[in-house]
Amino acid sequence: MPKKSMREAINEALHLEMARDPSVIVLGEDVSGGAGGTSGQRDAAGGVFGLTKGLLPKFGEHRVIDTPISESAIIGAANGAALAGLRPVAEIMFSDFIGVCFDQILNQAAKFRYMFNGAKAPLVVRMTVGAGRSAAAQHSQSMHALLSAIPGIKVVMPSNAYDAKGLLLQAIRDDDPVIFLEHKMLYNDTCEVPDGDYTIPFGEGVLVREGEHATVVATGQLVKLATGVVDRLAAEGVRCDLIDPRTTSPLDEELILESVRETGRLVVVDEAPPRCGFAADVAALAAREAFASLRAPVATVTPPHTPVPFAPELEREYLPDAARVERAIRSVIAH
Amino acid sequence: MTAEQDVITAPKAASAARHGDGLTREQLLSAYRQMKTIREFEERVHVENAAGAIPGFTHLYCGQEAVAVGACEHLSDADYIISTHRGHGHCIAKGCDVVGMMKEIHGRRDGLNGGKGGSMHIADIGKGMLGANGIVGAGQPIAVGAAIACKLRGEGRIAASFTGDGASNQGTVFEAMNMAVVLQLPKVFVFENNGYSEHTGASYGIGCEDIVKRIEGFGIPVWQADGFDFFSVYEAMGKALEVSRNGGGPTAIYCETIRYFGHFEGDPQNYRAKDEVQRYRAEKDCLVNFRARMEADGGLTAAELDAVDREVGALIERAVQEARNAPRPRAEDLLTNVYDNY
Ligand SMILES: Cc1ncc(C[n+]2csc(CCOP(=O)(O)OP(=O)(O)O)c2C)c(N)n1
Ligand SMILES: [Mg+2]
Repeated sequence: MPKKSMREAINEALHLEMARDPSVIVLGEDVSGGAGGTSGQRDAAGGVFGLTKGLLPKFGEHRVIDTPISESAIIGAANGAALAGLRPVAEIMFSDFIGVCFDQILNQAAKFRYMFNGAKAPLVVRMTVGAGRSAAAQHSQSMHALLSAIPGIKVVMPSNAYDAKGLLLQAIRDDDPVIFLEHKMLYNDTCEVPDGDYTIPFGEGVLVREGEHATVVATGQLVKLATGVVDRLAAEGVRCDLIDPRTTSPLDEELILESVRETGRLVVVDEAPPRCGFAADVAALAAREAFASLRAPVATVTPPHTPVPFAPELEREYLPDAARVERAIRSVIAH
Repeated sequence: MTAEQDVITAPKAASAARHGDGLTREQLLSAYRQMKTIREFEERVHVENAAGAIPGFTHLYCGQEAVAVGACEHLSDADYIISTHRGHGHCIAKGCDVVGMMKEIHGRRDGLNGGKGGSMHIADIGKGMLGANGIVGAGQPIAVGAAIACKLRGEGRIAASFTGDGASNQGTVFEAMNMAVVLQLPKVFVFENNGYSEHTGASYGIGCEDIVKRIEGFGIPVWQADGFDFFSVYEAMGKALEVSRNGGGPTAIYCETIRYFGHFEGDPQNYRAKDEVQRYRAEKDCLVNFRARMEADGGLTAAELDAVDREVGALIERAVQEARNAPRPRAEDLLTNVYDNY
């Protein structure tokens, strides 16, 4: 099977679905780029991270829409196009910028179906998330916890190229509004990705590693980190289940609970801020539904309750790292 | 506008008459020093960034110096400005410490923001510099609030915001303009059209192709200036301030200019004609302009300007050396300044 980066996998999913379904449109800032430039070259960017490269030459300006810097209008337009029967895939360059257009997500997209007697708004909003590039407090946040708290939208967070392609195809075909979170540290990561069409259903996590001593739940770029730690511990006989939920809303609660009922020990590794966060949510799930099986307090490994700092040393300190994940696993096992 | 045409057209209302007559020698020296400092600072950041010394995303202001300096030379620490993601020039023009800025951009503990903000977030509230900003269009409403404070204090102070051509399409900017008019605030909107919003030409995103008309549509008087000419910007800002400082409500200035580097450091600039920047550097450069003007007028001698160049060169060299040797943040710094108390 060919190896592809997450960037290539997402780009491929967009190409495939635009070719298959004429109702799919892509819109956002610089999704092609070069309009009004002096070189005359269009598709000069293909998205600032290159995710939408090649769409404009293939599908044209009516379906690949460069927008002004107007996030409220971008998501508003995606909402309206979706209500009017299209399947828009809007891009918000950095998830932090949803601050500008939050009404269109929180009060509009998330509520149409409920308020409007089942009206469909099948839009996708793609955005880059996460820390690791010293992009500082306004370009590095992880929004899945905040967004997963909103009833009416689905939140997808792939940890690898294979999942990204299948989940994005599902997201575009899904009849609900979907927020698709792409971790900027994963764009160049490669894995085997089939050329053809496949979808991954939402709410189905994946058991990345199997083991009886503890359950580790990790998301986004931290799946890779946790895999490294779990594999190292396995070499010394400490074996963990490692679960990547892939979507944080809906959440595969069954997969997590089944594992916790067997291991009795849970570690959640997540990049969202800790207060009212994803790790706290999963910990509460275990306390609520698997209390009798728990043999140790649930451990969470998250950033502290601070904005994301700029300096690389501080950003490293901010992010969960292998040492902290290992300590957390050892602590629940030792309990 | 088609791709064949220039992104930057001749300034629409640059007056043929000499601007800024009556500036003192000190004022002229200060203006040149500030522009030269920005230029040297940015060219050096460009080099240091390429060498891997600077983390994160960096947007350089080279080419646009006349705008920041032309506007800010009128202001004191008691006036406020708010900047953009391309903030180094505005910070320097407003008097931020250059060494502290260089340290900040290098992510050092004694940088202007303690190493926690970086290039896109340099701020010095004491200098009336309310921050560079990573969110396009965030600054203009914030400046409205600062203008409310100025109006309330009644001391003739103003707040100014800088807005790019791209940012001029953001709804927050429209809201800020309208609200400033409604509240008759001492606020100057400085628009700098550098031809591009990231990888897209300015003309593409501005539907009416005319930012000035838009500003006027909100009921804000606007003075146009040549963004390559310090004197032109200085004069326009002076006229705007005359109104805004004296209870006349919000005003605006509009400048066309160009950025010499990519949108961010590392931008391949596929959207741009290959020789575009060279042409502007050769024909429109604000520092070259200033020197030519001084030569023609005799305002300052070449020797005086050369002395400023040397002084600035030494300052930037010192800033880089100090930044390199400055301590890095400590782990415990991560947790400070989240709240005043918690
Ligand atoms: C709300 C928001 N949207 C998009 C961006 C990404 N972005 C950063 S700078 C920029 C272009 C800004 O263009 P302009 O206002 O002309 O300023 P210039 O870069 O030319 O100085 C964009 C789209 C952002 N930082 N914030
Ligand atoms: Mg611009």
